[in-house]
Amino acid sequence: MSAAPSQDNAARTGIIARAVIYSLLILFAVYYLLPLYVMVVNSLKPLDEIRQGQMLDLPSTWTIEPWLSAWSTAQIGVSPTGLKPYFLNSILMVVPAVAVSTLLGALNGYVLTKWRFRGDNMVFGLMLLACFIPFQIVLIPSARILGELGLAGTVTGLVLIHVVYGLGFTTLFFRNYYEAFPTELVRAAQIDGASFFQIFRRILLPSSGPIIVVTVIWQFTNIWNDFLFGASFADFDSIPITVALNNLVNSSTGVKEYNVHFAGAVLAALPTLVVYIVSGRYFVRGLMAGAVKG
Amino acid sequence: MSFLQIQNLEKSFGATRILKGVTLEIEEGGFLVLVGPSGCGKSTLLNTIAGLEPITSGEIRIGGRRVNDLHPSKRDIAMVFQSYALYPNMTVAQNIAFGMEIRGVPKPERDKAIADVASLLQIGHLLDRKPSQLSGGQRQRVAMGRALVRDPQVFLFDEPLSNLDAKLRIDMRTEIKRLHQRMGTTIVYVTHDQIEAMTLATKIAVLKDGILQQFGTPAEIYNNPVNMFVADFMGSPAMNLVPATIGGNGSGLTVNFEREGRPPVSLAVTDPPSGLAGFKGKKVVFGVRPEALTDPDGADRNASSTATADLHIEVVEPAGSDTFAVTNLGGKGVVARLRADANVQPGTVTPLTFNLTKTVFFDPATENRIH
Repeated sequence: MSAAPSQDNAARTGIIARAVIYSLLILFAVYYLLPLYVMVVNSLKPLDEIRQGQMLDLPSTWTIEPWLSAWSTAQIGVSPTGLKPYFLNSILMVVPAVAVSTLLGALNGYVLTKWRFRGDNMVFGLMLLACFIPFQIVLIPSARILGELGLAGTVTGLVLIHVVYGLGFTTLFFRNYYEAFPTELVRAAQIDGASFFQIFRRILLPSSGPIIVVTVIWQFTNIWNDFLFGASFADFDSIPITVALNNLVNSSTGVKEYNVHFAGAVLAALPTLVVYIVSGRYFVRGLMAGAVKG
Repeated sequence: MSFLQIQNLEKSFGATRILKGVTLEIEEGGFLVLVGPSGCGKSTLLNTIAGLEPITSGEIRIGGRRVNDLHPSKRDIAMVFQSYALYPNMTVAQNIAFGMEIRGVPKPERDKAIADVASLLQIGHLLDRKPSQLSGGQRQRVAMGRALVRDPQVFLFDEPLSNLDAKLRIDMRTEIKRLHQRMGTTIVYVTHDQIEAMTLATKIAVLKDGILQQFGTPAEIYNNPVNMFVADFMGSPAMNLVPATIGGNGSGLTVNFEREGRPPVSLAVTDPPSGLAGFKGKKVVFGVRPEALTDPDGADRNASSTATADLHIEVVEPAGSDTFAVTNLGGKGVVARLRADANVQPGTVTPLTFNLTKTVFFDPATENRIH
């Protein structure tokens, strides 16, 4: 008889605990989503409505005018081009930079784990160091080298900088992932006659899905969101979208078009959001798969 | 002319010498088993034959051809790995055909080879599966299929059965032996399991700490171990190694065992090894396998030299097919192997017969056999 009331109690505390947990979760979800809500809602309002100060209200007149303006006509610095050309700059920068740094990181990881050589751990340690170097320290040497290579102020120059800076991270990811990859598979492939690159392409890469996703997300977000390198090394025609967004918001002529600024900010954040939504669950899975356990 | 020759093979990692001057050879169609405790260098030796690890000095010849500097794929070998090493992203058929694909064998030929191997190993129904969908025994078969399809001069097996459960291991052991008999290809096989070594091999090489201890047929290794390590390592239950002293009675020699709280036991050694006379009055180690120490009725009737002693039985372990009785000689437990229905009781004194033609003597200082 004594079991029944205690079971009731257990069930009741279970419900209460669950209610508390869920309300906390909802509270935090709202807390985190509020800025996005404000940005999206206000980017769809005419400027007058924002001036009235009702930031949290839904628009009474819906308009996509601010988005069109942010994309193609808004004043960026001195020219009224909108964010479009800079968005393209960022794409032209981020795609090759991510592809090349991921591929090179995979090759590095492959060599550092499966083709060991004297001092390989030393090399890996030095590459790791690259993860801890602050951006600011390398600014002046990088500018110098870009200048000597004739790449100063070009998108290609930015790609090069991001590839070099990202190598430490991509190598770390792949090296730790391949460390757990059975060496006997590589040996079996050697006996089967496969060459260095055949083993890499046919045996290792097909098993690297999770870590490739992790690396691509990591590199994509970092490079897309970078401001400092873009501000330091780009010319007017090669600046990435982060710098352009800053120029949009800080343009001192005329009125502050908050709705356009909000639309521009969401536009600039869109690609990273898409990357997360498409491959986010692999990200967690990849992290679990030993990517950063070392 | 032997088929696989290894001469003075040395292998070092930095300052650590893994293999210390190993010399071996096996005839064509032979089954060479490398056996030893873990860390003895047997897998390293196999890897050097495969070409997966460079050697420090020495020479390896396969079919009369020096292969020291040849790439693994050029040595005409195939290897089965302990973990099977099946490519996880490929189907069974692709796994088997990968080597041929790399060598540029045309597709119809590849398909025919796959079909042949699949029917030989009865894995035809598995060809479209991925390795992750196979059981341990099936993976083992696929790994062998991948080796067989190469039709190499030498097969290398690296502890292929150690990941299987006990029953499957015995089945696969028989299967490997059957395959070897059918194909007649030379095999080099690494294991730490001395029963696998005894059952499969035509020649066994026992290694310890990178040094070849003994190389010979299973019968030689089992009956004539060169030192205490080989004697102890091969055979299950292990050989009894009993401290003893050599005495003399007139012209003959005796071997005497101390016993705790009991009078010593003395056996007359008829037909002793010639070196034993030099140990008169000194300590030796007397080696007798459990099956050479039995109840008088169960003793080998063909043995030319036996001796019977009354021994105190401490423990009796019935094992179904045999009964093991443990007595104490020279301060050590000594296992005797009796018939299953032998009438022995713990705590009693029972006559046991030593088959002296199967006993061996070792020098306790060097641990080497006294010849």
